[in-house]
Amino acid sequence: MTGSAAPSSGLPRDLHPIAWWTWAIGLATAASLTTNPLLLLFVMGSATVVVMARRSGHPFGRSFRLYVWLAVLTVVLRVVFRIVFGGQEVGHVLLDLPEVPLPDWAAGVRLLGPVTSEALLAGLYDGLRLAAIILCVGAANSLANPKRLLASVPPALYEIGTALVVAVTIFPQLADSARRVRAAQALRGGATSGVGRLRRFLVPVLEDALERSLSLAAGMDTRGYGRSGGATRRERRMTGSLLLLALIGICVGTYAWLDPTAPQVLALPMLGAGVVVAALGLVSAGRRVHRTRYRPDPWRTPELLTVGTGLAVAVLGWWVAHTQVVVAYPGVDVAPYLSPAALLVGVLGMVPAVATPVPASSPIRREVLA
Amino acid sequence: MIELRGIGFRYEEHEVLRSVDLTLDEGELVLVSGRTGVGKSTLLGVVTGLVPRFTGGVLTGDVLLDGTSIVEQPPRERAHLVGYVGQDPLAGFVADTVEEELAYGMEQLAIAPETMRRRVEETLDLLGIADLRSRDLRTLSGGQQQRVAIGSVLTTHPRVLVLDEPTSALDPTAAEDVLATITRLVHDLGLTVLLAEHRLERVVPFADRIALVAGDGSIRVGPPGQVLADSPVVPPLVELGRLAGWEPLPLTVRDARRRARELPPLVAPAPVAVRESVPRLAARGVTVVHGSHVAVREIDLTLSVGQVTVLMGRNGSGKSSLIWALQGTGRRASGTVDVDGEDPAALAPAQRRTHVGLVPQTAADLLYLETVADECAAADTGAGSEPGTCRGLLDRLAPGIDDAIHPRDLSEGQRLALALSIVLTARPPVVLLDEPTRGLDYAGKAELARIVADLATHGRAVLLATHDVEFAAHVADEVVVLADGEIVSSGPPRRVLAESPSFAPQVTKVLGAPWLVVEQVAAALAGGAR
Repeated sequence: MTGSAAPSSGLPRDLHPIAWWTWAIGLATAASLTTNPLLLLFVMGSATVVVMARRSGHPFGRSFRLYVWLAVLTVVLRVVFRIVFGGQEVGHVLLDLPEVPLPDWAAGVRLLGPVTSEALLAGLYDGLRLAAIILCVGAANSLANPKRLLASVPPALYEIGTALVVAVTIFPQLADSARRVRAAQALRGGATSGVGRLRRFLVPVLEDALERSLSLAAGMDTRGYGRSGGATRRERRMTGSLLLLALIGICVGTYAWLDPTAPQVLALPMLGAGVVVAALGLVSAGRRVHRTRYRPDPWRTPELLTVGTGLAVAVLGWWVAHTQVVVAYPGVDVAPYLSPAALLVGVLGMVPAVATPVPASSPIRREVLA
Repeated sequence: MIELRGIGFRYEEHEVLRSVDLTLDEGELVLVSGRTGVGKSTLLGVVTGLVPRFTGGVLTGDVLLDGTSIVEQPPRERAHLVGYVGQDPLAGFVADTVEEELAYGMEQLAIAPETMRRRVEETLDLLGIADLRSRDLRTLSGGQQQRVAIGSVLTTHPRVLVLDEPTSALDPTAAEDVLATITRLVHDLGLTVLLAEHRLERVVPFADRIALVAGDGSIRVGPPGQVLADSPVVPPLVELGRLAGWEPLPLTVRDARRRARELPPLVAPAPVAVRESVPRLAARGVTVVHGSHVAVREIDLTLSVGQVTVLMGRNGSGKSSLIWALQGTGRRASGTVDVDGEDPAALAPAQRRTHVGLVPQTAADLLYLETVADECAAADTGAGSEPGTCRGLLDRLAPGIDDAIHPRDLSEGQRLALALSIVLTARPPVVLLDEPTRGLDYAGKAELARIVADLATHGRAVLLATHDVEFAAHVADEVVVLADGEIVSSGPPRRVLAESPSFAPQVTKVLGAPWLVVEQVAAALAGGAR
């Protein structure tokens, strides 16, 4: 633990992906528990600051801009929807649009009509909340390589994890092949409209994708993917039945919990039992998978700090939402304001920007080296 | 060490291999050769276990490793014994970065972390790729990818390395790097290597034995000199040796050069008279920029009627970018292209096709219908030509293709011919071909050379990009070498190819300029005898 006490926490390295995701989910939780635009802006701001400071040089590190655009689009759409589908009857009318008369079967749906400032603000707050959540997910995505995250799943889920990794890998390749085929098809004559045109484009792309998948599968197989760890038949049966039991338990428990008329004995106890059995099943399945991990990401003080920040933000956000309702959910008729606790929620999320090491593949560091 | 005993393999009615026996010894490099489609990849697949699991078909016989049968084991259970690198290394990569890719196989085999760490470092050094360790696999050049792919199977310390066409997509220099790496593994580590390749001129000097897949299901195994004496596929060097009647056949340029002193004095071929050239396509100052990377920098190029221009250069030197920019689909940052007074980039796609025809690197991208007849009919209607035009072209380029066959079932050469006929249906005066020799064997290349010559005699201006030096020597009227997006040399092949140590064909290496191809030597010998 030497050197980790330094504010920038020592040597450049990539932070454990789970730490980044916990932090991001913490921030997203806090954002989902409020509609205060000031607080939401603070949360979005701190997520952005951390991304700018600790973004990795990986292709995923550049994806944050996409999420920003998605967030902006969400806000715009929410506000536009409020205008198109009408808002509350009451309030200050900003723009008196005529209402479009709709047939009887569409009763309850309003098209256009007077636009009130209250409706617009409500749409804006709502949109901001969604945007903040999107931005938090985007932050996690550009800070932590999603593939590293999938690779750190427990051994029992390893095979599913690999399948997901492969799917993530295939996507950019599919885009490449689509671009290539589009250019190639322009080189010849043939069907230029309707189904024919779609077919010209889809057939070669799909054939290409299929061929790629096959050669990838062959490559993985020859390198030992899916080797049996030498589990006996009895062990395999045991694992199977444990997982099945767990699934039943969790289903019944969830149903009973959501349906208030079901006997409550079935609810939480059943859910808990299901989770326990599932854990046992996973451990048992994990024993079957025999593999090791190359240079796993270590778990040290910066990781703990990052996770702690995420949890603190979430808990504080929850506390604010329950004790200071006026701050967390401001009315649309008064100017929103922040309490000291709410301000802390907004600012605390920035801690990882200084508490974590610079990523090993940071774009900033690369420029310095060049 | 590895022994194939009485291996037979068949699809329903088609027999691929019949009672094949092959024994591989420790530290041996065995080259699998033969025409395309005779079952070279099948033979490799039997060793890796991918045949019949990934291909279907029925396999008989036994595969023994150190006396124990492994024929029943799926590929994953052989991973610590047999390492396999496929034709396209990029398609087989699982991880993101070089280091993770090297470790992947070991992770699957549950090798201890300290050992993994050590072996990754050793392999990085062994293959000379230590400076690439944290690079994204997709940003590597072809030769680097191939070396990483070889490294990633080496880390599990397999006994046998199986390589399917490791150099076919590489430029001459990158191919030499990869082959040097492979020989080093054979010599220093005593690794057994089984390698299929149809660019024999590149690999024959390194092979200990050749397994020639005959095409009737049998194979013939022996030392290179013996097998090549009457093999249907031979490198130009052996062709030269056969022609001159050298015994034993020369396998390296050095051997051949020593023997060449015995040749009677030959009259050097007269330089081809410079014909009056009528420019068809004139490009001035063409620049192509991808992001911040300048792919093509201010290139001037003229393609003339009846001339074949060959574009050469390393992978990533801007050949494809230039070709697409000349065709008009690829965006140029500046410069002008002029075909019969029009700029193809300013035309609509349908008119562009009548000015410049292009066959892309993957010819299959052009095809989308179920039968050859459908493809031809679609091409005719698309180009507004008379029905039967495309089919007529196809019959001229590659006679005897069945109308009802699926384009995917054609051989590489036939598929290329089909794509070319579709492009030619629009009657473009300029034809561009991007890497047409990929996957073609010597016979396929000879056929392609004939097709290209035919296009030129019909008054078309042809530009083709290739890595294949021998093919370039056969077809080129003019050679243009690109490096880093700029033209570094251009001129007649006897000057450009002979000047460059990496682009010189084998005959030039033996006899010196201006000799380029065996046919010239044959003509000179015949002339001398007369």
